[in-house]
Amino acid sequence: MTPLPAPDTMAAGAHDEPAFGFAQYLICFRGIVFREALRFLNQRERFVSALVRPLLWLFIFAAGFRQVLGVSIIPPYKTYILYEVYITPGLCGMILLFSGMQSSLSMVYDREMGNMRTLLVSPFPRWFLLVSKLFAGVAVAILQVYVFLAIAWFWGVRPPLAGYLLVLPALALSGMMLCALGMLLSSMIKQLESFAGIMNFVIFPMYFASSALYPLWRIQESSPLLHKICLANPFTYAVELIRFALYGQIELTSLLVVMACILLFLGGAIYAYDPSNGLLSRRQDTGGNA
Amino acid sequence: MEEGSSMQHAEANEAMPLPAALDVSAVSHAYGRKHVLSDVSFSVARGRFTVLLGLNGAGKTTLFSLICHLYNTRHGSIRIFGHEISRQPGQALRRLGIVFQSRTLDLDLSVEQNLLYHASLHGIARLEARERIGTLLGQVEMSDRLRDKARSLSGGQMRRIEIVRALLHRPPLLLLDEATVGLDIQSRADILAAIRNLVANQGISVFWATHLIDEVDDDDDLVLLHQGKVLANGRVSDIVASTGTVNVGQSFALLTRSASTHRGGHKE
Repeated sequence: MTPLPAPDTMAAGAHDEPAFGFAQYLICFRGIVFREALRFLNQRERFVSALVRPLLWLFIFAAGFRQVLGVSIIPPYKTYILYEVYITPGLCGMILLFSGMQSSLSMVYDREMGNMRTLLVSPFPRWFLLVSKLFAGVAVAILQVYVFLAIAWFWGVRPPLAGYLLVLPALALSGMMLCALGMLLSSMIKQLESFAGIMNFVIFPMYFASSALYPLWRIQESSPLLHKICLANPFTYAVELIRFALYGQIELTSLLVVMACILLFLGGAIYAYDPSNGLLSRRQDTGGNA
Repeated sequence: MEEGSSMQHAEANEAMPLPAALDVSAVSHAYGRKHVLSDVSFSVARGRFTVLLGLNGAGKTTLFSLICHLYNTRHGSIRIFGHEISRQPGQALRRLGIVFQSRTLDLDLSVEQNLLYHASLHGIARLEARERIGTLLGQVEMSDRLRDKARSLSGGQMRRIEIVRALLHRPPLLLLDEATVGLDIQSRADILAAIRNLVANQGISVFWATHLIDEVDDDDDLVLLHQGKVLANGRVSDIVASTGTVNVGQSFALLTRSASTHRGGHKE
């Protein structure tokens, strides 16, 4: 090993360096997004399984239940629709939900493997690093949703063409909400093994107790309590936001709830990962093997 | 009058000593009720190789986590080239290159992708980052591994890449937490020699945590940490002389034994 070269600013150090400008922030943002994209491309099975899950629901579950469950004309639909058409927005939400939790899993993995530390010791503000990571996770999730919608088109689920474009902001907001929730959960999970708990206590209850599979009025008829739980579930609003956007409409209540939840979950995650407030320094796992 | 005042100002600046590379002052830390560090104070001088020596569990990694701002310093203060880590984390972290105890490379990414990712986390553009990576990898004789997955590297090679990564943003202070743990004798010697070379020839300040006494040199500065407390701090040769021993190993044994006895006595 020959002598390592010296940084040319070694002798300095005490002087204030100029604050990072927009260009540096952009470089950092691009770097974080690029790494997430590379990780995603390196894990092709993750992409396949993210698609297979909703497609199974669409091809098998929806086909089976088509005859059992009738869906009356409810907004945003203007005619009677097939059950496959009804559950498609819920399945888009499912992809975002799993992707959000996947990003939570990857943050716990990064923390266990130590990669998280390389991110957290960056001189950029902690909130910026987490928001960049959030955007990266959402971008990957949206890509999966569009591939799913393309396959669903061949299965006869054909919203208006403009809907494919108009749904993008709804997907972005819903994805941000669910990724932020995943991020918040990742700050609370101590070990990778605890992720099974997330499946049982977060993903399944959120998905089943929502309007993803059945219209809310049907749930209300069968169980008023379950209906109330569905109304308290942020995932319901994400699904409705996507459903209406896919047909060129804005569901205002859903929009407001989703935005409020983004602020709440992201704020919580930033709080938890901030060393001055956070939960992490009270235990011995973040920095490693203290 | 103004001239006089500016002259006084200049004199005052001349007289004012430059801040230490790292200044840790009265730092304590606990995980819940478990106290890990108690009133820890020391400095790392500019351009010096300072060893943080302590047994496993002495609190070295917790101290590192506080210096890196992974944990917040609730009691005491930590300054890096005069910038307090709690108040100016950005300015402080820009001056720090860090090699963590456990491996922190992303095993699924290539060497180049790992290094470019780190460069982006310091706002370094790709073109410039590639130039720096080329130079640094050449110096550690690993240019041919640029496109290889980190997973395919040996432990010693991973460490070298982590050192390259720590130097990529040209920090004036390098922290290394048990950087030679798990490496073979030759790799350990190579890494230690390369880091010492940085200090000797380039004036970089190094803070080297270890539990291996044979990594300590007589000319080094030493911070001896035991059960979360600093038992000794200064030039190794001075510590050896003041304890009346013949080498740092004996000094270490004497100081830690007497600290344990003292603590045991208190318990009684």
